[in-house]
Amino acid sequence: MAKITLSKLRHSYMSNPKSDSDYALKEIDLDWNDGGAYALLGPSGCGKSTLLNIISGLLVPSEGQILFDGKDVTRLPPDQRNIAQVFQFPVIYDTMTVYDNLAFPLRNRGRDEATVERRVMAIAEMLEVTGMLNQKAAGLSPDNKQKISMGRGLVREDVNVVMFDEPLTVIDPHLKWKLRSKLKELHQRVKATMIYVTHDQTEALTFADQVVVMQQGEVVQIGTPVELFDRPAHTFVGHFIGSPGMNILPCTYDGTADDMARIEGQPVPLEGPARSAPTGKTEIGIRPEFVTLAGSGLPATVIKVSDVGRHTVVECDCLGHKVNAVIDEGTTLQKGDATHLSFRKDQTRLYVDGWLATDPE
Amino acid sequence: MKTENQKAWFFVLPVLLLVAFNALIPMMTVVNYSVQETFGDNVFFWQGLDWFQQILRSDRFHAALGRQFLFTFLILIIEVPLGIAIALSMPRQGIWVPVCLVLMALPMLIPWNVVGAMWNIFTLPDIGLLGYTLNHVLGLNYDMTQDPIAAWVTIVTMDVWHWTSLVVLLSYAGLVSIPDAYYQAAKIDGASNWSVFRYIQLPKMKTVLTIAILLRFMDSFNIYTEPFVLTGGGPGNSTTLLSIDLVKIALGQFDLGPAAAMSLIYFAITLLVSWLFYTLMTKDDQN
Repeated sequence: MAKITLSKLRHSYMSNPKSDSDYALKEIDLDWNDGGAYALLGPSGCGKSTLLNIISGLLVPSEGQILFDGKDVTRLPPDQRNIAQVFQFPVIYDTMTVYDNLAFPLRNRGRDEATVERRVMAIAEMLEVTGMLNQKAAGLSPDNKQKISMGRGLVREDVNVVMFDEPLTVIDPHLKWKLRSKLKELHQRVKATMIYVTHDQTEALTFADQVVVMQQGEVVQIGTPVELFDRPAHTFVGHFIGSPGMNILPCTYDGTADDMARIEGQPVPLEGPARSAPTGKTEIGIRPEFVTLAGSGLPATVIKVSDVGRHTVVECDCLGHKVNAVIDEGTTLQKGDATHLSFRKDQTRLYVDGWLATDPE
Repeated sequence: MKTENQKAWFFVLPVLLLVAFNALIPMMTVVNYSVQETFGDNVFFWQGLDWFQQILRSDRFHAALGRQFLFTFLILIIEVPLGIAIALSMPRQGIWVPVCLVLMALPMLIPWNVVGAMWNIFTLPDIGLLGYTLNHVLGLNYDMTQDPIAAWVTIVTMDVWHWTSLVVLLSYAGLVSIPDAYYQAAKIDGASNWSVFRYIQLPKMKTVLTIAILLRFMDSFNIYTEPFVLTGGGPGNSTTLLSIDLVKIALGQFDLGPAAAMSLIYFAITLLVSWLFYTLMTKDDQN
């Protein structure tokens, strides 16, 4: 187990990168604490797999360092880093039995058979695969194969970190939930640092204590699931997390009239004044959960009403911009109806050039 | 209730006709010859299984069959490991991939009798590049028209040159289909190169290798053109393989009955070995 530090990490797949856009990873500084459960969340192509491969040693970064407990491992090959990785598609050794599959990483490191047996039995019991130890691994179902892949990662007692690269992609939906809770349980039992890469917010938010959100090779926000939902540091996080995502509306803010912004001339109170006089593009961010349909406020026309089970999503056209409102009770509103929207003041944030610019009062 | 009609027969009729004309009827003709004696003019005498007994008891057949198995065994034992080794060392990406693939495919594109003729000239001791080099530069005594060992070395080398590519291309196809994650997982698991080969590459190549070995077995067991052009079965009978012997009996001696019996036995052996091999190789998958 170890604390993992990424320091000034940059990576480009080109041999001669010139501008920032040539980098798959732009300057990453991160600390992963020993024993934490982390998720790396971001859309496809945001660089999360690149980052994972750099930590596991499958890739050497163009610039920067990776430290395990302060020791520089940037150039060490994967087998000397004591890490484990579970891939998108289950990797199992077809011709071996389940037992031999689990024993493989230990035998390669020359452990004696007694140790191998003790560890394999312990892991098999944890993953509930004891009954299939003597079976050929090739005949297993995809979820059991993925369990074996995880088992191979966990079988070594001294792993620094276990990394999961979208491990539930090929698993049936009803088994996804089971495997996810199994993972959570495993984390609590083995207490290894775990990094879970995914583009699925549900997976990330249920698994991790800390979520690292990435976009275009940059870390946009690190926080607990609650923090990400409450105070997205960037409009991207607001959009990406939540269903539907945060409403982002262009506005003007002159910085003089304390905490008032204007959408198409209409005043909208913010949670507080901006930290400094804004210099770029200004936008208002408000979660659909905090938009209410009221008798007064911003005039709007209903575009669509969708009942999604527990609540209703009302999509409106508000002064030429699309705004979603989530309301708990049913509604009699229909497409084309006129209404008014009001935003909860303490949940209305100002973003300048995409970045959060207000603090709560 | 299930409605039944016989329309489906009309759809399989064309293929039945085709198979009848290119396989069934010629084969039945051979069966017809194998149980009769003829002196021409369409006059036949019933012989029963005499020709089969005669062939199965003949030393000449045993010797040819032995040579045939030796030849097939030698080329398989060389071509399969060599083909896998070449496939493993070929690049997986970049501009050299098409270059390698085309170079590999070249020998297979040459007509078989041309291959025989090429190697014949290539090995001539006085003017052939290889023959001249071996005799006059390296000082070896090499003449495949005189020395049975030299003749064997030549036909085996020729077959390896001509057909290893098939094993290479099939193995390569198997290799490139292995996802990167397998290699990455093996690295993290601390697997040695040998383990990667034994537990990842070989199992993933198994299906294509089964096909490669099967094709090479059948082709080499039935080989005729190249050794016929190269050595003509000589010196003496030392490279007279089954097919060459068969043609000698059928067209040289015009013994149509024994030749027909021999081709049926020949066919049965090829079929039996192929079936045994395929069943053994795919037994695991069915369980």
